Amino acid sequence: MVVVDLEKCVGCGECEDVCTFGAISIVDEKAVVDPDTCTLCGACEEACPEGAIEIEGEDISPAGGMDLDAWRGVWVVAEFRHDRFAPVTFELLGKGRQLADDLETDLTAVLMGSGVGEYAESLIERGADKVLVVDSPRLEQFLDDVYARILADMAQKEKPEIILAGATAMGRAFIPQVATILETGLTADCTGLEIAPEGRDLLQTRPAFGGNLMATIICDSTRPQMATVRPHVLKAMEPDASRQGEVIKIDPHEDLLKSNIKVLESVMEEAEGPMLTEAEVVITAGRGVENPKNIALIEKLAHCMEGGVGATRAVTDAEWLPGRCQIGQTGVTVSPKLYMGFGVSGAIQHLVGMQGSEIIVAVNKDPDAPVFDVATYGIVGDVKDILPLLVRRICQERGND
Amino acid sequence: MDIVVCIKQVPDAASVKWDHKTGTLIRDGVQSVINPFDYNAIEAALSLRDELGGKVTAVTMGPPQAQDAIREAMSMGVDHGVVISDRAFAGADTLATTYTLSRAIRKLGSVDAVFCGKQAIDGDTAQVGPGLAVRLGLPCVTCVGEMEIMEGGAGLRVKRMCEQGYDVVEVGFPVLLTVLASLNTPRVPSLKGKMRARKADIPLWSAEDIGAQKDKIGLAGSPTKVFSTHIPKFEARREMLPGTAEEQVDALVDKLKEAGII
Ligand SMILES: Cc1cc2nc3c(=O)[nH]c(=O)nc-3n(C[C@H](O)[C@H](O)[C@H](O)COP(=O)(O)OP(=O)(O)OC[C@H]3O[C@@H](n4cnc5c(N)ncnc54)[C@H](O)[C@@H]3O)c2cc1C
Ligand SMILES: Cc1cc2nc3c(=O)[nH]c(=O)nc-3n(C[C@H](O)[C@H](O)[C@H](O)COP(=O)(O)OP(=O)(O)OC[C@H]3O[C@@H](n4cnc5c(N)ncnc54)[C@H](O)[C@@H]3O)c2cc1C
Repeated sequence: MVVVDLEKCVGCGECEDVCTFGAISIVDEKAVVDPDTCTLCGACEEACPEGAIEIEGEDISPAGGMDLDAWRGVWVVAEFRHDRFAPVTFELLGKGRQLADDLETDLTAVLMGSGVGEYAESLIERGADKVLVVDSPRLEQFLDDVYARILADMAQKEKPEIILAGATAMGRAFIPQVATILETGLTADCTGLEIAPEGRDLLQTRPAFGGNLMATIICDSTRPQMATVRPHVLKAMEPDASRQGEVIKIDPHEDLLKSNIKVLESVMEEAEGPMLTEAEVVITAGRGVENPKNIALIEKLAHCMEGGVGATRAVTDAEWLPGRCQIGQTGVTVSPKLYMGFGVSGAIQHLVGMQGSEIIVAVNKDPDAPVFDVATYGIVGDVKDILPLLVRRICQERGND
Repeated sequence: MDIVVCIKQVPDAASVKWDHKTGTLIRDGVQSVINPFDYNAIEAALSLRDELGGKVTAVTMGPPQAQDAIREAMSMGVDHGVVISDRAFAGADTLATTYTLSRAIRKLGSVDAVFCGKQAIDGDTAQVGPGLAVRLGLPCVTCVGEMEIMEGGAGLRVKRMCEQGYDVVEVGFPVLLTVLASLNTPRVPSLKGKMRARKADIPLWSAEDIGAQKDKIGLAGSPTKVFSTHIPKFEARREMLPGTAEEQVDALVDKLKEAGII
């Protein structure tokens, strides 16, 4: 817990100012910490000019003095499903390459699946020095426990210092299991990764509180340092067919392949265009589109712009669009280059899922709609007037180029 | 059926205000609520109990006030509840959280099903469910969007939702599931439930009560540490496009061309 030395504390309030959680207040010229709101992040300890604040209990390292230097190399977990790599795989390799170069070590891709061996070369073209291939008919379907055990087993043997995976449905399902088996730290949904200026620790930056707070996390006492990374924020390298690398086949032990779950079928829904979380353009329908017929125009606009279709909860509740289109606190988070909302009021639960978008366009007939507070460009108008015009103009532009 | 539901008390998104111009948190009047997805976890647990019989126990790790969350869950029909609370738990990352929760769940006795929300809206990691499953040695299915009981009641058939579709998954008891908001509609508390919840005796378990090892809980048991935090500043960027509908659309098309999007 945070301990304030009342003799040293002069009540200057520096700590109160730096506390992003509002856990510190100055009472009778002394800092008082509310232990229930405090997350022990240590910002106050650093900020205190008097050295009056100390965080107790942080020096016991969980692994009891693990030999960190025994762990070397950067791993990227490739995601290959339904006959293709998830684009985040190549983004991770781009970043992984950079980290491996900074650390003067190798970049290894781990490829698990059934009949995936032939795709290993494309991971080398995208930056990997080595590819570990686990190819087994048992891996045809995604079985959380099997994938987790195999990856954990390989990591225990090979000892990489960093493991990166995509923050996709699949990555978020089994990577936490791997971290728990290895009893190491895992940072969720990162948007930034870099090596600390001194030493080999990875600084992992991630949004929390629905994007309202950015936290930089370190894992300095255990290895590997693990992170899932949000799709679409890192840059992939252009493929380079001349790159050389090594492909290593791994045969997992039979015991690792036993699963307690059974996947009966795996269904891809016929969604046109890119996946919502990967799309560079997201066209969103709010209740203000007024009737399901106008949804066709939303879909047409998305189609013309090669974008995805999003929705507010009001729209998915009304079943004008399926639940997977819902953006927000209880839906998905998107951060495209362009988000356009039609008849979206801008409820906080919706905003937390889209406010990281580069350009936000809002169309709403109410000039006081809260969505305009986060909009880059706002149009006060009726969706019934604006949407058909915009569809015509944009489909024209696209048709001409 | 012995069913456990894990719930977390979180700051209500509507009451926390972030000032993105100055990069500060506006502190006044933050209210605590049950994490939105955890209502769906409670409903899933209750509906399973209603079908197969048994009892539902709600578990939360948090400050003593987290009793309020347990009471609310009980007013919806949860049978028992416990708050795991100790200053020594402060600063727990997900590894320490799953250790702590697993110690408490083991203390409760045998378990057939554990329900968690997909993710908490503050920490936002979605790591507690799958991590807890490993700690308890249970199979785990995440992001459950539909659920039915298999013939004979030996297990569950669920839809595991992913980016562009879903998997149909069968899993026997015991099992841990993390659930989506689309799974169900949480029931509203009954008057009787509210009365029972108000009077209920909710135990507080300390680190000692659950037999936790000191180096596995709280800050000491957490390999990840928050190194720094900041509140991102969004520019005040609002630009309204004036004129008739035609003029507005023209202006927007120009802006999008400038940005290289069309
Ligand atoms: C715990 C919790 C979790 C939630 N999670 C989510 C979530 O994940 N995602 C989400 O989206 N919501 C979520 N919500 C719901 C959220 O609070 C809002 O109710 C919802 O986002 C509103 O959707 P909307 O903007 O489409 O509808 P409304 O709020 O009804 O807004 C419609 C807007 O359209 C405008 N309008 C109407 N007609 C026209 C027209 N002809 N032309 C132009 N404009 C028009 C109106 O001025 C209004 O601003 C959640 C709520 C709770 C309590
Ligand atoms: C800014 C910030 C960033 C953080 N980043 C990380 C990180 O990257 N990695 C990391 O390991 N930790 C991180 N933490 C710590 C993490 O928030 C805590 O460990 C927290 O106790 C659980 O994580 P969560 O809130 O993300 O829960 P989630 O894993 O998102 O919660 C999923 C479900 O687990 C159950 N659950 C979660 N917490 C509890 C509880 N206390 N009691 C009962 N059930 C519960 C609920 O059913 C919930 O719906 C961070 C904390 C902060 C403040």
